[in-house]
Amino acid sequence: MLAQTDLAKLIFGRLTLDSLPLHVPIVLGTFVVVAIGAIALLGAITYYKLWGYLWHEWFTSIDHKKIGIMYMILGFVMLLRGFSDAIMMRAQQAISFGDSHGYLPPEHYDQIFTAHGVIMIFFVAMPMVTGLMNFVMPLQIGARDVAFPFLNNFSFWMTVAGAMLVMCSLFIGEFARTGWLAYPPLSDIASSPDAGVDYYIWALQIAGVGTLLSGINLLVTIVKMRAPGMTMMKMPVFTWTALCTNVLIVAAFPVLTAVLALLALDRYAGTNFFTTELGGNAMMYVNLIWIWGHPEVYILILPAFGIFSEVTATFSRKPLFGYASMVYATVVITVLSYLVWLHHFFTMGSGASVNSFFGITTMIISIPTGAKIFNWLFTMYRGRVEFELPMMWTVAFMVTFVIGGMTGVLLAVPPADFSLHNSLFLIAHFHNVIIGGVLFGLFAGITYWFPKAFGFRLDPFWGKCSFWLWVVGFYFAFMPLYVLGLMGITRRLSHFDDPSLQIWFEIAAFGAFLIALGIGCNIIQFIVSFKNRERLRDTTGDPWGGRTLEWSTSSPPPKYNFAFTPLVHDHDAWWMMKKHHYQRPLSGFVPIHMPLNTGAGMIMAGLSFVFGFAMIWYMWLLAAVSFIALLAVAIGHTFNYHRDYYLSSDEVTRTEASRTELLASHV
Amino acid sequence: MAPPRLSRHLEYCLFLFRAEGRTVSHTGRAVGMSMKAFRGLLVSVAILLAGCQSVLMSPSGDLAVQQRNLIITSTVLMLLIIVPVIVLTLLFAWHFRASNKKATYDPDWDHSTILELLIWAAPLLIIIALGAITWVSTHKLDPYRPLERVAANRPVPADVRPLQVNVVALDWKWLFIYPEQGIATVNELAAPVDRPIQFKITASTVMNSFFIPALAGQIYAMPGMETQLQAVINAPGEFQGFSANYSGQGFSGMHFIFHGVTEEGFAQWVEKAKANGGDLSRDAYVKLAQPSENDPVTYYATVEPGLYRAILTKCVDPESPSCMTRMDLSPHETSDSGVMLQPAPTSGMAAMANHPHSD
Repeated sequence: MLAQTDLAKLIFGRLTLDSLPLHVPIVLGTFVVVAIGAIALLGAITYYKLWGYLWHEWFTSIDHKKIGIMYMILGFVMLLRGFSDAIMMRAQQAISFGDSHGYLPPEHYDQIFTAHGVIMIFFVAMPMVTGLMNFVMPLQIGARDVAFPFLNNFSFWMTVAGAMLVMCSLFIGEFARTGWLAYPPLSDIASSPDAGVDYYIWALQIAGVGTLLSGINLLVTIVKMRAPGMTMMKMPVFTWTALCTNVLIVAAFPVLTAVLALLALDRYAGTNFFTTELGGNAMMYVNLIWIWGHPEVYILILPAFGIFSEVTATFSRKPLFGYASMVYATVVITVLSYLVWLHHFFTMGSGASVNSFFGITTMIISIPTGAKIFNWLFTMYRGRVEFELPMMWTVAFMVTFVIGGMTGVLLAVPPADFSLHNSLFLIAHFHNVIIGGVLFGLFAGITYWFPKAFGFRLDPFWGKCSFWLWVVGFYFAFMPLYVLGLMGITRRLSHFDDPSLQIWFEIAAFGAFLIALGIGCNIIQFIVSFKNRERLRDTTGDPWGGRTLEWSTSSPPPKYNFAFTPLVHDHDAWWMMKKHHYQRPLSGFVPIHMPLNTGAGMIMAGLSFVFGFAMIWYMWLLAAVSFIALLAVAIGHTFNYHRDYYLSSDEVTRTEASRTELLASHV
Repeated sequence: MAPPRLSRHLEYCLFLFRAEGRTVSHTGRAVGMSMKAFRGLLVSVAILLAGCQSVLMSPSGDLAVQQRNLIITSTVLMLLIIVPVIVLTLLFAWHFRASNKKATYDPDWDHSTILELLIWAAPLLIIIALGAITWVSTHKLDPYRPLERVAANRPVPADVRPLQVNVVALDWKWLFIYPEQGIATVNELAAPVDRPIQFKITASTVMNSFFIPALAGQIYAMPGMETQLQAVINAPGEFQGFSANYSGQGFSGMHFIFHGVTEEGFAQWVEKAKANGGDLSRDAYVKLAQPSENDPVTYYATVEPGLYRAILTKCVDPESPSCMTRMDLSPHETSDSGVMLQPAPTSGMAAMANHPHSD
């Protein structure tokens, strides 16, 4: 009997049947729905015999464009999960007053707000930003792929593995109940003994490997693989922001990895880095996590700034106003983002001089940011502004973001922060900049580059429905939170005593409902556009009258991107080429050196997922086996010398000829 | 093409305002739009008013009043630049729409040195002003700084000593120890109006944040560390206090009432605690510190000497491995600011954060 228990423990660790949420109807219901959906999806893939196609064309692909698209899909799917959490929170807070305690008990509610934050930052915003950089940046610099194509595939699958671990926590065990940054001592083993924080640690560690490698990859690509003639000061602004973002990723993510590793040691090995015992100090964790955390928000917003720069210039039919000052502003923000982390905890007892220093450095960031806003403003000035969807998102961003910027600077004034910290005012502020900045930017970017990726434009009607629902919904959802914050209402409460507050939460819930409709319109937009793809077809490769190199190639681009590497003479390279009546070369093609697909990335990420899961549940045997297997596959892959091939000049000629035909047929 | 001169741009902007105003008032649709804008304005005024009645905008403690004034000053200062940006965004977007062929189109204009200097200088000036305000106010309103006044133009009388209150955040309730009065309470706090209060704040297990919005800004309560808050309440009344930092399961119920009372009222309140309360011995504390939710108000007539310090140094059980004095990690006494905690190793920001105000 005893031996049997030991064996079960060796295999299953602390995972028992009790870990399954069989007694929580909401989770069980979700599981049934998700399971039916998954079976239907897998069934359909099998029925239509798509497994081979998916494996050869997508999963093992090392084409930066396909990987970029897969990142976007991951981000969108996780947006649905993260938004479900959001609407559950809004519903709970709208009804949980006085004697009513709502429908979510605290232990469930606390998981939801933690998961919402983690998912939205790590598995929605990050994949989408990385996806866009992956897809657009190599095309903008005239490159054929990223510097390390295999690494790109591996990075993507590691991000998926991290996302899968978070999703697992919904049905096996529970997620962390600590808030999205998991401050100790609350996240210590003493206060959070269950598997929740371990899910958090391993999901972020595994996804973090992907993010860091992808950062290195894109950084090297920008530094080494620009088309001849494209000096740094001739790079498109989106590429500049991608460069700065990847510098931030490479410098900041190791800090996150280290701090989570130390937390894991505290939890697994009984060390005392962040405990209150034996000389540990939780303040170390708070400092380290924000030394990563603050640059992280700039990692997200800088590419959004880049998108707005491209969109504003394109749709104003003018070059970007103040290119050089835009670049300097981006670099200044990059550097300053490392000097402000303490503003996240003015209220933890730092002296007045320390607090003022970090308050003032924070305010200084608003100077280059303000300059950027003015630059977009003067790009529109004396332009011919076309209100296509990406431009609508941009104008909505400019109006919304300055409000968020203002409340952000207000929070940077330490004595004001003593009153507003951790309040719903803070929540309203960062949703104001992340939705109004990052998300609006991503939507602008998706609509803008969608025809480049798929060869047809997105349906503008459903896009406009989605736009208005999102923008109006945002204001309804978050303006009441500013008011509540000024009433001194703090965040993360699952129950309120004062019934006079209820109306504000109801308005916010209504806003969340509008956003839900907006997301519904997004989905309809994708379906309708796919159905009408012939009508929305982009035959030119340049549907918006673009200015940068990605618009010089076909939509979607051939797998080699450019038959000949373009020569760059100025920024807005494609605009200049068009101006000088550029002629596409029609002959003289040469074979192109291309990387070969490989399944190694997906296999290694899969093993990492198993390893993470085993570590979370203390399945030491499985952890050891999967880790050894991971090492074996990684080493084995280094002996794979069959990694590249030459695309024959005949095939290039054929591809280019069919484009010539297409262009000729639609003049 | 030569860049147009700056003054011409400014004139042009002013002209745009006027021109758009004229066209708008002549069309029915535009009147509808302005009605909508008017309604929007009413709604935002309503929101503002609701915000004005809120506790942060009409507080009862001098520190909170000054913080409120600072919030308003900073906001007004920033609106100086935010409002023009929003208006210009909408104006430029509307006026330079592609269908408006009357608007000037200057397809190559992308640089103006003077304009670029201006667009860096404008936010810079605002931030210089705001930075100066920040430096001064952060020092003046530092929660560790002994109060110099109980309200505007009312300095603290020389013979008044601050009321001492030691605050311990427990799972999930608040313990208040009054060393002078020798009493303690759970989830109820009282202080005489216009007498400075010195809170010394710590926690038993996890981080919380001690916040009475009507009184003053919040400050974290952290285990093994001590923070301070010097504040004063200027009006009698019952005020909400709570934890402003999520601390686990019972967090939502972790609130208390803060009574601002007269000197006599305070004496009566202390008497009530002494008459109705039990003894807060170490054993009683250990029992109290067990996790519990939505605890009722409790009074303690006596408090074991040295209990707060034992909680702070995690030495309630002197044999516990976490006891800091046992490990010679004891907090060092400093001359005027009470306990200063220096867990080894003290380095970097962590030490700074523990440091009770060193300038």
